[in-house]
Amino acid sequence: MNDLLQDYLPLAVFLGVAMAIGLALLVAPFVVAYRRPDPEKLSAYECGFNAFDDARMKFDVRFYLVAILFIIFDLEVSFLFPWAVAFGELGWFGFWSMMVFLAVLTVGFAYEWKKGALEWD
Amino acid sequence: MAQLWSDYVWPLTVMVAQSVLLLVVLLLAVAYVLYADRKVWAAVQLRRGPNVVGPWGLLQSFADLLKFVVKEPTIPDSANKGVFLLAPLVTCVLALAAWAVIPVNAGWVIADLNVGILYVFAISSLMVYGIIMGGWASNSKYPFLSALRSAAQMVSYEVSIGFVMITVLLCVGSLNLTDIVDAQDSQWGLFGWFWLPLFPMFAIFFISALAETNRPPFDLVEAESELVAGFMVEYGSTPYMMFMLGEYVAIVTMCAMCTILFMGGWLPPIPVAPFTWVPGVVWFALKALAVFFMFAMVKAFVPRYRYDQLMRLGWKVFLPLSLAMVAIVAAVLQLTGLAPR
Repeated sequence: MNDLLQDYLPLAVFLGVAMAIGLALLVAPFVVAYRRPDPEKLSAYECGFNAFDDARMKFDVRFYLVAILFIIFDLEVSFLFPWAVAFGELGWFGFWSMMVFLAVLTVGFAYEWKKGALEWD
Repeated sequence: MAQLWSDYVWPLTVMVAQSVLLLVVLLLAVAYVLYADRKVWAAVQLRRGPNVVGPWGLLQSFADLLKFVVKEPTIPDSANKGVFLLAPLVTCVLALAAWAVIPVNAGWVIADLNVGILYVFAISSLMVYGIIMGGWASNSKYPFLSALRSAAQMVSYEVSIGFVMITVLLCVGSLNLTDIVDAQDSQWGLFGWFWLPLFPMFAIFFISALAETNRPPFDLVEAESELVAGFMVEYGSTPYMMFMLGEYVAIVTMCAMCTILFMGGWLPPIPVAPFTWVPGVVWFALKALAVFFMFAMVKAFVPRYRYDQLMRLGWKVFLPLSLAMVAIVAAVLQLTGLAPR
């Protein structure tokens, strides 16, 4: 077996076994358990009322803002991963290049903060 | 033919056997972690906790499993049926998947990837999909609101977890989890582990791990008083159990990551004779259990946060703090010349 396969095949096998356990658990009650559906039982829960309208409604734009902010910072983290691993060899040049990058992002973050994108009230 | 056997069939059989062994041990461990959680919680509140099934209630989790399996599974009429059933499967399988790269002893790991920590980070990011899918597919109001909240909460704390991992990586210079533990091996024993030099990051990691796994005091996902049971309202039977299972496996994963990143993995606390005789896997389990005990105690006596406080803590305290620590740790390593080459 080549090296790539040696590294990643166990991972695929592990995922396969985990998937099999998950599927077995998921299917088990459909096979074993007693089922007697009726319309009341199968309607969506809404504190004892019939559902007023569809649940897929408008939601607060701040959730969207948080998602956007997350993408920015998560990308930043993924840039940091290779930098952190090679840090010892990069020296001061590597250090300052990353600090400039982080500073630019911090300016954006400070702007977000001032604009109130992080307020939840 | 003989070559096919020795090159593929036999190694594959070994891999399957290893995977099954790890998963069985892991699921058994989770059954008792769940029991321990309930017992600790009960003890703090001066109750007995589960004590009927088996001696001292030791078989409680297995009785629960049996009960879940024979419960009637319901799928709401208005739900998106495929996604509705896929959600618990995704949660459960992804939570288990992280364990493929976690070393419980020197060399005791299913896949010794050179990007191990990146894999764990990626898998824990994907966990949010199970919750969003479950909340959206239920087509009911409480699950929908809960899924939104939970997604925002999990992604917020993931950022600080990422920065904490970066500071550890700066001190190690490798993404391999075994290398991270080896880097903490020194004559100083437990004072050579990363919890001491990186203490603020250890604290941030622990608290973010609580938020990431939706544990109290950050369990706004299920906040009974307002969202009934969160994204799991419409679930019952084993689909519900798989969400719980995924949650607890994720908690155990976070305990294991805490152990590996900051508490020296399988290394003995004092590197002298009687301690070094104990197998590494025992130290690993003990340390992970100690972290879990802290998880359980936090659940027992910290009141739940409000949602705005939770977001404030994540974005305005942890994020700037961990970002600053990345810069500080990098500067100190560079100035002292301690950076690994």
